[in-house]
Parts: sequence; structure tokens; C-alpha cells
Amino acid sequence: MNLGPHAAFIWASYGAFVVIIVLLIGWTLFDGRRQARALADADRRGLRRRSADTTHERDGK
Amino acid sequence: MNPMQTLTQRLANPTRFMELSRAVLPWVAAGAALFIGYAMYLVFFVAPPDYQQGETVKIMYIHVPSAWLAMMGYAIVALSSFGLLVFRHPLADVSAKAAAPIGAAFTLAALITGSLWGKPMWGTYWVWDARLTSVLILFFLYLGLIALRSSLEDESLAGKLTAVLALVGVAILPIIKFSVDWWNTLHQPSTGFTSTVDPSMRTPLLISAVGFTLLFIALHLKGMQNEILRRRVKALRLAEVARGDRLASAGAE
Repeated sequence: MNLGPHAAFIWASYGAFVVIIVLLIGWTLFDGRRQARALADADRRGLRRRSADTTHERDGK
Repeated sequence: MNPMQTLTQRLANPTRFMELSRAVLPWVAAGAALFIGYAMYLVFFVAPPDYQQGETVKIMYIHVPSAWLAMMGYAIVALSSFGLLVFRHPLADVSAKAAAPIGAAFTLAALITGSLWGKPMWGTYWVWDARLTSVLILFFLYLGLIALRSSLEDESLAGKLTAVLALVGVAILPIIKFSVDWWNTLHQPSTGFTSTVDPSMRTPLLISAVGFTLLFIALHLKGMQNEILRRRVKALRLAEVARGDRLASAGAE
């Protein structure tokens, strides 16, 4: 693929853009896993929201 | 369910929002991947070079959507802030908090890709003209919102103060939009999605814009889910500490 005399600028733009987007997606997914782990940990220690308790009762759990 | 309830009222329940967003998120993310993938195919294998800019016009396909999403992100932050301050919508603060880093990332992308586009076209990476400077101010506004929120321990107070700052800062949006009309600038007039770009370049641009908008929505939904979970964990830990304090004081008596 010949991108002409300014190819370096085009590749640098796309490279920087990909890095920013990948970091953004990665950080969002990592944060989601971290919060889910923290909630599961709280659940294991017997901490539960009142609304969650009623949900469990309603579901017969 | 009360049929008179609006969609926003029905979504006001975080548990209901979590259920709905979990169902919607995979479809939005898949749509984003499809549109972005197809747009990149068109950009690198179909779209012609510009008669003046040559292949450098390829930067437009990521720069323009980034700039558009930088502004859309701030509009979401401002609307959510309005929802928090006026309607006390339970999810408004969650939405504002989740949108800020995504908007900041797209603003940074717009600044970097614009700068790298500017060098071969204008002969410089940066000029302190109205469009570039107002977008840089937008980036600093995002950073200010994130920093202000994280500097305050009291989550409710942090949300309200951040919302006030976000609403004050909303004046930057029309300044960015009309800066190229109001002042002399190196930056070209706003890229019209409908008329000013040749169809052979407009189609990939539109598909790219749709793809990255879907990506923004997916990231925003996921960010809101994360924030709701974080607040649940915090509430549980606070309740645990309060229970421990009560037991300790009962034991002391």
C-alpha cells in the first residue's frame, strides 16, 4: 500500500488513535472485572444489599 | 408498570438499567466492530486520494469522528449534569462520571490526529487559533471535571460540584462549533456529513462516524455498569463498617 510522501503522518495518526482506543477499552474492561470481583468478594463475606436479599428470597434462593 | 412512566423514569432504577444494558451492550459492541471494520476496509482499499491532500486525507476518517465524539461526550456530561441538578435522576451522576474519560480520550485523539494532519497540510503541528485552542480547552475541561470529582471524598458533593462546572463549561461547545466561522483560522470549515465531501469519501466517513459512535455508546454503557457496581461495593463496605461500630459500642456498654 503506497500512502505517498506523507505516509509517516498517516501511520502515526492511526497508531496513536489505536493506542488511545485500545487503552480506553482495556481500562473499561479491567475496571469492570475489578468491580465484579469486589462485589463477589463482598458477597462471599456475607455482605448483601437489602434489595439483593429480597431478590434472593423472591427467587427462592 | 405504570404506562405513564417515561423511558428515563423506568431506567432510573439501577438494577433495571443493569439488566437492560447487559442485554443491549453485546449488540452495540458488535455493531461498532462491524461498522469500524467495514469503514477501515473502505478507507484503506476503496476510498480515493484527495485531489489536493493526496492520501493524507485518510486521517480525516479518524479525526472527524474523534472531534465529533469529543463534543458529543461533553454534551452527554452536560445533559447528565442537568439531570442530576434539576431532576435528581439517580443515574444522571453515574452517566456524567462514565462519559467524562471517554470524551477526554476522543478529544485527545482529535488533538493528536489533527496535529499530525496539520503538519503536512499547514506546515505546522500547532497554531493558537480559535478551533485548535477551543478544543484544547475542552480537553482541559474534561481533565478538570475528572480531577475535581476525584479530589472530593463526599461522593454526593463531588457529583454536584462537578455538575455545576460541567454546565458552566458547556459554553465551549458553540465556541468550538462556530470558531471556524467567527474567526480567521487555519482550520478548514466544519466537515459537513451531507454536502461538502465527495460521496466516495463521505460514505467511509459516515460509516466510520457511526462505528465510533456505537463504540462510544458501548463504552459509556459499560462505564455506567462499572460505576453502579463500584457504588454497590462502597455501600456494602460502609454498611459493614457501621455494623462493626454498632457492635463495638454495644459491647462497650
